[in-house]
Amino acid sequence: MTAPSRSRGRGWSRRLVALGVEAVLPVVLVVVWYLTSAGSTNFYFPPLSRILRAFADSWFGSRFTADVLPSLGRAGAGFGLAVVCGVAVGLLLGSSRVARSLFEPLVEFARAVPPPVLVPVAVLAFGLGNSMRISVIVAGSVWPVLLNTVEGVRGLDEVLRDTASAYRITGWRRIWRVILPAASPPIMAGVRTCLALSLILMVISEMVGGGNGIGFFVQQSQRSFALPEMWAGILLLGLVGYLAHLVFSAVERRLLSWHSGSRQSSRGES
Amino acid sequence: MSRPKVLRTGWRVRSHAPLGLLGVLLALAAMEGVSRADILPHRWFPSATQTIRALVTEAGTAELWNAIADTVEGAALGLGIAALIGIPLGILIGLSDPLYRLTRALVEFLRPVPSVALIPLAVLLYGTELRSKLLLVVYAATWPLLVNVVYGVRDTDPVAIDTARAYRLGRLARIRHVTVPSTLPYLMTGVRLSASVSLILAVTAELVIGAPGLGQIIVQAQAANAVPLTYALIVVSGLLGLALNVLTRGVERYALRWHTSQRAGSRP
Repeated sequence: MTAPSRSRGRGWSRRLVALGVEAVLPVVLVVVWYLTSAGSTNFYFPPLSRILRAFADSWFGSRFTADVLPSLGRAGAGFGLAVVCGVAVGLLLGSSRVARSLFEPLVEFARAVPPPVLVPVAVLAFGLGNSMRISVIVAGSVWPVLLNTVEGVRGLDEVLRDTASAYRITGWRRIWRVILPAASPPIMAGVRTCLALSLILMVISEMVGGGNGIGFFVQQSQRSFALPEMWAGILLLGLVGYLAHLVFSAVERRLLSWHSGSRQSSRGES
Repeated sequence: MSRPKVLRTGWRVRSHAPLGLLGVLLALAAMEGVSRADILPHRWFPSATQTIRALVTEAGTAELWNAIADTVEGAALGLGIAALIGIPLGILIGLSDPLYRLTRALVEFLRPVPSVALIPLAVLLYGTELRSKLLLVVYAATWPLLVNVVYGVRDTDPVAIDTARAYRLGRLARIRHVTVPSTLPYLMTGVRLSASVSLILAVTAELVIGAPGLGQIIVQAQAANAVPLTYALIVVSGLLGLALNVLTRGVERYALRWHTSQRAGSRP
């Protein structure tokens, strides 16, 4: 629901006011948290000031390269592979009726498996390393992309399909210029779910078997009852999730600007 | 809140069921062959027959059924609580423009927070109790419900509301006869998403925290190096997920049987 600003000037000032209104509640909540926790002697809920200090100590030092970067690298590698595999296989299944019928029950089953149970199998197969973690992320998060790509390819406009054939657009050009753009709205919806799953699986896979990473750090802090550090880790995971969401939304807006534009105009909005 | 993307589920090609069966058989045969021929190390990749044998043996034990019951209990209870929080709150926020503006940024910030970040907190507060599982499930399952309901309520056709007002329907009657029915398809999407999220988080709590359930016995099987059993239990978790998908799709179809999207012929 991000209506493009109608006229530049008015849009900006209105957007600022809207931002102000939206920021009220989060700011109030943080202030309330800060004030009510200030003198907290409750072991489980330390003062926010201590959590923030732990946050700075934990994450603005060597831990950034020791834990944060490996975590993000694994999540990024798993996410990227999942998207590429999902789109590739989805294109294949989407354009062949026989392949689709052949694999439907298998895919339906595979996507119904709760992804975290893949961790024990991956540990058996790959031991405790990066390959285990990345394979868990790929195997668990590929399904939304795959299924939505199939849907997108199948939902292709008949006229578009016939036009492409009439102009003899075939092979890679057909995939890049016709099929993928037309199927991109459902694909991007799948990618969004895939991204959320990648982060979840990154954390879970790091909580098993030690090593390094944000998930590992959070669990270590909990086991050694270092509560401010644990909270700092939770805060960081929240921030990572939120930033990933922001980046994704920006990319999606760019990629699908033509789509939401056409939808808005068909609804009679400008 | 940006528009929640509706994930389509299932691609229906019922008439090709025999091909699908062939696909399953081929996959099982491939699993058997790869394992027997030691293409993948036999020790870590059991053959299909071994896995099925382990599955049959395990199905005769109370352990498996108790674990399934624990998992289902956690997921169902969590989903129920999430519905009690998410649906009324969603209607409230959706109906009030100021409330929507006020909460939008907060929801946008909290929703992408990976719920697994709360695992350590759940462990410290509740240990391996059911409540620890519920904390994770409820946190994760509330968002899809809340966001979809808010979007659905806000997407109610203004002409329909004005018409109802013209017929002098009161505020409550308008909500009951216009807002709720038009929100229902969104709500059902939310229910479907939340249900699978509930199962995922329940199993996660069992895997990582050690709360009793399917996840816990999978970890135990893996730790004991009972490889075929580990695979068999994963098959069970997949079947459980499959049953859940079928159930939620059935509920959706029943609840929306009056809706155009469900009428015969509108679905390919």
